[in-house]
Amino acid sequence: MRTASPAAVSSPPATSQVPDAQGRFGDFGGRYVPETLVRALEELAVEYEKSLTDPAFKAELDELLRDFVGRESPLYHARRLSERCGGAQIYFKREDTNHTGAHKINNTLGQCLLTKRMGKTRVIAETGAGQHGVATATACAHFGLPCVVYMGEEDIRRQSPNVFAMKLLGAEVRPVTTGSRTLRDAINEAMRDWMASVETTHYILGSVVGPHPFPRIVRDYQSVIGRETIDQCRERLGRLPNAVVACVGGGSNAAGMFYPFVDHPEVELVGVEAGGRSDKPGDHASPLTYGQPGVLHGSFSYVMQDDDGQTCDVHSMSAGLDYPGVGPEHSYWKDSGRVRYTSCRDTTAMEAFDACAHSEGIMPALETSHAVAMAMEMAAERPKDDVIVVCLSGRGDKDAMEIARLKGVNYG
Amino acid sequence: MSAIPDLFAKLRAEKRKALMPFVTAGDPDLEFTAAVLQEVVARGASLCEVGIPYSDPIADGPVIQASYTRALNAKIKLAAILDMLGKTCPVLGAPAVTMVSYAIIYRHGIERYCDDVASRGVAGLIVPDLPVEESPILAKVCGERGLSLIQLVTPTTPRDRALRICETSTGFVYYVSVAGITGERTQLPADLIDNVGWLREQTPLPLCIGFGISQPEHVKLLAPVADGLIVGSAIVKRVAEAAEKPRDEVLKSVGDYVAQLIAALG
Ligand SMILES: Cc1ncc(COP(=O)(O)O)c(C=O)c1O
Repeated sequence: MRTASPAAVSSPPATSQVPDAQGRFGDFGGRYVPETLVRALEELAVEYEKSLTDPAFKAELDELLRDFVGRESPLYHARRLSERCGGAQIYFKREDTNHTGAHKINNTLGQCLLTKRMGKTRVIAETGAGQHGVATATACAHFGLPCVVYMGEEDIRRQSPNVFAMKLLGAEVRPVTTGSRTLRDAINEAMRDWMASVETTHYILGSVVGPHPFPRIVRDYQSVIGRETIDQCRERLGRLPNAVVACVGGGSNAAGMFYPFVDHPEVELVGVEAGGRSDKPGDHASPLTYGQPGVLHGSFSYVMQDDDGQTCDVHSMSAGLDYPGVGPEHSYWKDSGRVRYTSCRDTTAMEAFDACAHSEGIMPALETSHAVAMAMEMAAERPKDDVIVVCLSGRGDKDAMEIARLKGVNYG
Repeated sequence: MSAIPDLFAKLRAEKRKALMPFVTAGDPDLEFTAAVLQEVVARGASLCEVGIPYSDPIADGPVIQASYTRALNAKIKLAAILDMLGKTCPVLGAPAVTMVSYAIIYRHGIERYCDDVASRGVAGLIVPDLPVEESPILAKVCGERGLSLIQLVTPTTPRDRALRICETSTGFVYYVSVAGITGERTQLPADLIDNVGWLREQTPLPLCIGFGISQPEHVKLLAPVADGLIVGSAIVKRVAEAAEKPRDEVLKSVGDYVAQLIAALG
């Protein structure tokens, strides 16, 4: 385990051969959880491993991804947005076109299949933006599994359309009133439920965070994004893109997009965290940019903590990025220098939302708007034949009301 | 290394059992925490667990969570807790251990944390979010400083794994009575006695049971199969009354409660 502060120069290059059997991505990851959960995590790791060599499992998941989710998702050339930036060509990997409107469904279907495989009969989940909650509720409805979703009260307020959707899909939404009433607290509450229900319940964690093996499983299920992107770029452009950009909350859409590119060092990878209102502690949610390594929610990774190790309150206008931690593989990619992480302010992301909606007729989620903003900035500085692919992780319908509130406009 | 082993050797020789209260550091303030520790030991507690408040305690139920939140809202910092321990532990007359998240230990520095608590007279650590696989470094550092690192076994722990945990635990083994979070329970699991009985035959280490214990009936039931019983939420709940009630009244009620449980130890 590391004792000094990270120095990208001295770290070995990143490989895709991670994590190891202990769930380590270099120094990061691991399993810092109460003993009560260890058996379930070990069982999950074993069953997941078995599922990888089970052709029937893969066939069932592939069929669902095709017929239920609607994969593959399009690779779309955002021509007018590119023109507006005046430089490189921007492409969108359209995860917003998936059933339920975001990348989250790629993971929940896989984990629901694992739930069935393990003989578990109940599912719990946390959600921030509500997209993972909706995707879990959807997968559970599909498989006939009872589903409880923990969601912070603040997120229930700002993502209310998704709360209705979860309920309409038959899930129970349990409001979380502790702490900052956001994603972090929802994860705490889901973990506490799991402590008591672990024998019969599977916890479908929604990002590449948490104890081993979650960061690996979620990355693998999301990696369909990057694999399809590579195939589509080769087919359509005859080459790989110059750069790939994704927003980073816990980091699942980014991990799914980046992972297949890790062993293509010529492709630049850029992760965008929530820069919130300012770079002052408490005003942003950018642990990779401003935090340091520590332990949160069962894994060792960059985190926003005070000098006692207490998790800090963070801020982002987007519920899905409003999280003080990040997946351990991102910390590994950061320290190895394989991925560059930056941070984008609320206001800049909002401008990108508007630009994308007006120039392309596509409303990205507020989370996604952070990645769009970064891609626009990069495109402006790069030659016309450069290609930048943005992971368009989700659609913005859920945010319409909150955007109106933030802008102080009444669209009624 | 000897405070906790010595305690249990003595108790075993005298055929007595330990009552081990858990107190949150800094709820409502550190002065009162010190007073509560002294009171429970004066009333016969054999060992004290001092909970270091943490912002994200996933093994804790509402009562302990809320006490952590109050302490953190009152800006109780680790440095002040160490000060209090440094003044209290040497004169307490019973060993104290810190119940502390690995997030806090790591951030403070593994060696520095162990140095700091050892030099304050703390006898050991319970780290509820550090399973054995992740504990070798901390175990080594604790060992070098004579601190016990108490490991937990739970109802979901497979038996072969329980054996491994017992091999790495020092001081005693903490048997968690229920699969779940801390908090008072009216009913304890039916197979608890059998499971503890099995574990007892596997290890020479003292075995202490915690989670859910709050009533004298629980104590009567479990004392015969354990070396000690840990009582958390039921104490924390009583201490929390200090926010509204006179402190001497609260101290007395905590003391009376501890005395009542000790009487039930037999
Ligand atoms: C559309 C969308 N993008 C991104 C995120 C952030 O999560 P992650 O970083 O795991 O992709 C969310 C989370 O809710 C989301 O809904």
